[in-house]
Amino acid sequence: MAHIIGALTSSHIPSIGNAISGGKQNEPYWKEFFDGYKPVHQWLQEQRPDVAVVIYNDHGLNFFLNNLPTFAVGAASEYITKDEGWGLPVFPPYRGYPEMSWHVIESLIDQEFDIAMCQEMAMDHAFINPMRLFWPNENPPAIKTIPVAINTVQFPLPRPARCYALGKAIANAVASWPTDEKVVVIGTGGMSHQLDGERAGFINKKFDEMCMEALLNEPEKLAKFSSLDLVREAGAQGAEIIMWLAARGALQGRVSKIHSSYHIPISNTAAGVLALANQ
Amino acid sequence: MSAQKTPEQIIPGTYIFDGRMAMRGYDLNRMCYSFNAAENRRKFKAFPEAYCHAYHLSREQVHAVTDLDVLRLLQLGGNIYYLAKLTGIYGMTVQDLGAQQTGLSVDEFRAMLASQA
Repeated sequence: MAHIIGALTSSHIPSIGNAISGGKQNEPYWKEFFDGYKPVHQWLQEQRPDVAVVIYNDHGLNFFLNNLPTFAVGAASEYITKDEGWGLPVFPPYRGYPEMSWHVIESLIDQEFDIAMCQEMAMDHAFINPMRLFWPNENPPAIKTIPVAINTVQFPLPRPARCYALGKAIANAVASWPTDEKVVVIGTGGMSHQLDGERAGFINKKFDEMCMEALLNEPEKLAKFSSLDLVREAGAQGAEIIMWLAARGALQGRVSKIHSSYHIPISNTAAGVLALANQ
Repeated sequence: MSAQKTPEQIIPGTYIFDGRMAMRGYDLNRMCYSFNAAENRRKFKAFPEAYCHAYHLSREQVHAVTDLDVLRLLQLGGNIYYLAKLTGIYGMTVQDLGAQQTGLSVDEFRAMLASQA
C-alpha cells in the first residue's frame, strides 16, 4: 500500500519564481525567506518521496469562469506551464501519474467527492513555485505529480471543513493504491494577504501564527471557520489557507512538525512554510 | 428594515467576488482571461478601446480599463486574479496596485507591508 509520509505547505507568491530565475536567493530581501526551505530540502533528500499530490488554486490560467470546478483532479501524463499573461518563463512539463490519478478520482467519487476530472491541465505559479522551492536543483523534479485544484476565485468557495474532509478522502485513496510508493501531500497558497480593495496590504501575523499551531495540533479548529471568516482574518487571498487545511487532512497518522518558517513581507504577502511528518 | 448587507459591505475595503459580481464582470474578466496569450496582449496594447469593444465591455468598464482604475474595475465586476493580467501588461506590480487602491505612494505602501512584521 502506498503511504503518505507528510505534508508540505508553502506560499506560492509569483515574485518567488522571478527571484529564483534571477538567482536572488542570497540577496538581503530574499535570504531569510529562502533559508527557511533548507530543512525541508534535507527532509526530502532523506525521504525521497515518489509521488506528490499538489493541492493548489488556479489563478485564471487553466480554468475560466465559464466552467469553474470547485474541486478538480488532474489525470494527465504531464502538466504544461504557460506565461500566465505576464510573460513568465515557460518550463518543461511536470511529470504526471495518470494511473494513480484515476485511482484517486475513482476513490474520491466513491467517497462522495464529485470532483472534476482533467486529462489536460496547465499549471500556474501556485503549482510551479512551491515545486521550485522544494526541489531547487531540478525543474521539473523527477517526482510524479497529481494536481488537485480548489476554487478560490469565485465565491462561494468550498467550506474549510469540506477542504479538510477532501484531504482525509485523499488519504483513503492513497492508502488503497497497491504499491509501496511514498507520497507527499503539498498544499500551496497563503498566508495572510490581500491584493484588492481599499484594505489591500492587509496582513495578520497573529492569525497566521494561530494557523501554524492549529495545523499541527488542532486542525479541526481551522475547519470550523467559514470562507468569509478566513477573508476577514487572513485577507481576501489569505483564504488560500484552505489548501493547507486540505493537505493537513491527508495526514491521518501521528503528526509531528519537521520545520516551519514565517516571513513578512514577500511582495504583499506573509510568506510561510510548514513541513509535517505523518507516522 | 434595512436591506440585507451585501458581502462586500461585511468586510470593509474588501470585494467578495460572488455570483452578483461575476454577472456584472463576465465580459471584463473574459477579456482579461484572453491576455494569457501574448498575441492578445499585443492586440490590446495596440488598440485598447477597440479590444474592449470586441469583448462588449460597458462604457464605464472601458473607461476604467483605459484609466487602469483598479477600485473601479473591482466595482464593475472585475476579479483581481484576472485584472492582474491587465495591469501586468503595463508592468504594474502588486505593490503598484496596492498603492493605487490605498492612496499611498508605492514606498509608503511597501513600508506599511513591512511594518506588519
